Amino acid sequence: MYFYGYARENGSYGVRNHVVVMSSVICANGVVEEIARQVPGVLPITHYHGCDSTREITLRTLGGIGRNPNIAALLIIGLGCEVCPASDIAEAVAPTAKQIEYLVTQDEGGSSETARKGADIARQMLQDAQQEKRVEASLQHLMVGVECGGSDAFSGITANPAVGVVTDRLIAEGGTIIMSEITEMVGTTHLLKRRAANHEVAKKIEAYINLGKEAEDWATGPQLLTRGIAPGNIEGGLTSLVEKSLGAICKGGTTTINECIPYAMKPNTKGLVIMEGDGSDIESMAGIAAGGAQVIIFTTGRGQISGFAGVPVIKVSSNSTIYKNMKGDIDVDAGTIIDGDKTIGGVGEEIFELMLKVASGELTRPEINKQNNFAIRQEGFHWPSLREMVERGL
Amino acid sequence: MEYKAIKTSPRDNVAVAVQAIPEGKTVTIPDGNEVVANELIPLGHKIALMAIAKGAGIIRYGEVICTASEDIKPGDCVHIHNTIE
Repeated sequence: MYFYGYARENGSYGVRNHVVVMSSVICANGVVEEIARQVPGVLPITHYHGCDSTREITLRTLGGIGRNPNIAALLIIGLGCEVCPASDIAEAVAPTAKQIEYLVTQDEGGSSETARKGADIARQMLQDAQQEKRVEASLQHLMVGVECGGSDAFSGITANPAVGVVTDRLIAEGGTIIMSEITEMVGTTHLLKRRAANHEVAKKIEAYINLGKEAEDWATGPQLLTRGIAPGNIEGGLTSLVEKSLGAICKGGTTTINECIPYAMKPNTKGLVIMEGDGSDIESMAGIAAGGAQVIIFTTGRGQISGFAGVPVIKVSSNSTIYKNMKGDIDVDAGTIIDGDKTIGGVGEEIFELMLKVASGELTRPEINKQNNFAIRQEGFHWPSLREMVERGL
Repeated sequence: MEYKAIKTSPRDNVAVAVQAIPEGKTVTIPDGNEVVANELIPLGHKIALMAIAKGAGIIRYGEVICTASEDIKPGDCVHIHNTIE
């Protein structure tokens, strides 16, 4: 089986052909936005990182995004005094041999001068990118992220199992699936370890899920739990933590887990890969995209509408009510498993077929809606929360 | 009205009600099987598709999610009252 992608110098295939203008630090965001105003064909990527203690996470994430095959050419706008300079990001992307330029605002004579120069570079990059044509590529070159957000009681019955069918199918064709959101795997260590390719992967799975539990405990605080799940889950019909988590991880299908990788890192193997990271939707997709995924499949029960900058996101609803209410935001309705005569396998097939079309150029709803969301993972201690400040009388 | 419950894996011995199923009603599973509800099965709750002996695993998504704490008959509601972790 094939899709039609843009062949890149390093042997990868893009499913999109974006010229990206990216800030290396929050302070350069305005310049990036100005370039995007002057040259509407570019895809601007801005964020709130790049200084203080955020050098490593910024460099790793932006470097990975820059290397993503969906990006044909990259212009990075820096400020100059930031801890994550534009030149370092350019260097991280350089091995792909794609067209990269960077401008440092403090060296170019300020914002307007940098924007003017940047706009000229971006125009040329757009011109050059048009020379690229789609060619046939085997599914071994397709890496897809699976994600869920705004889940409901039906997510684990319809949309997530259907995505699991897509996962198994793509892996059988030689492709790669990245699944993250470790916080939603808590309780399934014994099941996922059994699927590990080797002892090292099994050990990593256990360590990741322990970390996920720590993060969950910290985020939710002390709760009245029965069998590790909240009273609302039990009222909804869930009987155990294993059952709850299986509802999320069934997106990962049934195959061997070949590798565990850190956030925003590229997998070294094909097949099923687990990436560490929590369940924050946009930050999670950033890690997956930085790992090189060209497409993301995203299930939702409540109607989570976001896409991701540079990566088509296929939205799958778990129920038909949300599909009917938000038709312009959802690509596939898995609610037909409940309301219609579709099976999990049938909807899985429908998503798989759409995924091939999307990989060959068909736009997804979030792309049409210009939901080019982007965020780098928040980490570490910054400042006490407002609640803590009030408690301290400050 | 046709009542429906969804099974995720062929190995599953329970299915999940996608609408409340009143006592005595026949439930259709998309693989073609049918089972009669012995009691009310609320939306999102599980119905036993076969007899599950005390101590046997409750299987959903093809995996053991908990263990029967008593003998469960086909058509019973399966939840915290008749299972242990």
